[in-house]
Amino acid sequence: MGKPLIETKNLTKRYGASIVAVDGVNLTIRRGEVYGFLGPNGAGKTTTLRMLLGLIRATSGSASVLGHPPGHPESLARVGSLIESPAFYPYLSGRDNLRVVARYAGVPKKRIEEVLGIVDLTSRARDKFSTYSLGMKQRLGVAAALLKDPELLILDEPTNGLDPAGMSDMRELIKNLGRGERTVLLSSHLLGEVEQICDRVGVISGGAVISEGTVGELRGRGSVLVKANPLDRAREHAEKLLGPERVEESDGMLRLDADAAAVAGINRELVNASIEVSEIRLAERTLEEVFLEMTKQGG
Amino acid sequence: MLSSFSAEILKLYKRPANWTILAVALILSLVFNYLVPYAGYLGADNERMAEGILAGMMPENLVPNSIGGFPLFAGALALTFGAISVGSEYGWGTLKTSLTQKPGRMALFAGQILALAVAVATIVLVIFAFGALTSYAVASSQSEAMDWLPVMDLLRGISGGWLILMTWCLFGAMLAFLFRGMALPIGLGVVWILGVENLIVNVAAALLDFADDLQKFLPGVNAGSLVAALGGRAGETPGVNTAVDGTQATLVLAAYAVAFVVAAGMALQSREVS
Repeated sequence: MGKPLIETKNLTKRYGASIVAVDGVNLTIRRGEVYGFLGPNGAGKTTTLRMLLGLIRATSGSASVLGHPPGHPESLARVGSLIESPAFYPYLSGRDNLRVVARYAGVPKKRIEEVLGIVDLTSRARDKFSTYSLGMKQRLGVAAALLKDPELLILDEPTNGLDPAGMSDMRELIKNLGRGERTVLLSSHLLGEVEQICDRVGVISGGAVISEGTVGELRGRGSVLVKANPLDRAREHAEKLLGPERVEESDGMLRLDADAAAVAGINRELVNASIEVSEIRLAERTLEEVFLEMTKQGG
Repeated sequence: MLSSFSAEILKLYKRPANWTILAVALILSLVFNYLVPYAGYLGADNERMAEGILAGMMPENLVPNSIGGFPLFAGALALTFGAISVGSEYGWGTLKTSLTQKPGRMALFAGQILALAVAVATIVLVIFAFGALTSYAVASSQSEAMDWLPVMDLLRGISGGWLILMTWCLFGAMLAFLFRGMALPIGLGVVWILGVENLIVNVAAALLDFADDLQKFLPGVNAGSLVAALGGRAGETPGVNTAVDGTQATLVLAAYAVAFVVAAGMALQSREVS
């Protein structure tokens, strides 16, 4: 298990007396993992990320990023970030925008061409930022985040506004970036995205983290759906095999609380009992179902 | 700080609006100090008047010609320059991009102020250089003697001009940091330079004793007095006056410049960037 790169303890952000944007968030993000920060719009994801980068200050609680307080130059030198929409100078070309960022970061010029290549923007690097499509702007934002070859990459909704092809490319890019030692903190409200990319997920709702774990853990144990005839006899055999508490009937099918390893045994048992099995399949809960359940409970 | 300075210089150099401001400042300076007087010289009714106009365009008058407009029109342009340089960072959201790179807030701020100082110095030098070329051309065309200024006088003129424009530029930058934008600082700043100070000097000071004392500490009045102390024609050129002496004018402007930097730095350091 990697060393924690980000640790927050009861991190809280209030605006005035009544608005609690982030409410006692505790996070531990370890080296080398791709961590998904999942929550609906307005849940407090961006506010948390802004606090981690030192753009805004916590009202209470504490945070450490790469062993330093948020916004410390030592940690910023090793963090690449893209917060909300990419912000660049419209009158400068993509390449010149990266030159500006590279100068702030103290990064050698040759790195600019490397990151332009990584995000596939070399051919448009001479064009003004104001002429870029949304997808190109996002890619330039990722390029700027990569300039420092950072240990930690913080990406806030990086696929926002992209078309399906752009989203797919961006996800592939993030997956590749997350391979090896680099740590990625990805915030998103898109479950499929988090599911595809992330090793671990923290679910935030109403400013508070309501659950944390791997995608598998969050989904919980799956179930097996069986369509059989006669159904009542199939139920008897399934209950004998798994116990009555793990068998239920819904929509003319049996839903068995079991995992993939049990499917073959269940099928054999039913067929040996001369029960006609017309369909047997795994029914995993989608992250969406889990997320909706959690945020409903949290809200 | 040097990395921030280098980034800021690149942004200033590449921004078309900054070149427009430089061009406008230069054109206004040349038109009102050389082109209009030259046309007046050509159409002058009598020889004495013509000689007076021609003498005003000669190289020895380079300093008052170059900085005569600094208290008002060039000051307003410098204020606009400071306000757009800082204010657009808020409008485009690029401040968050800069702040999430390596330098801390104060290093970034120091680089920004240093870059503005260099840019303002460039504006002043360009105005002086074109003024010198134009006065040389006028003197040559009229076969007049070329009496160039002593170097120290020239340096004093350039430094004084830089202090005036830098103070206005920092005023604009400070307003942009305080209001986190560009439009309001430009509006308020230009109204102050062209309107409020005029009202205090020409209306309030005549009626109220404290306003009469107050005017001696206004940035525009002190800028005008510094120009007069460097050879500017008080009463002839708008904004140029002899309300205070050159030393006080220099000290008051320097104090304003420092105060603007401190207020701007505090605003950047203490505020959140959303």
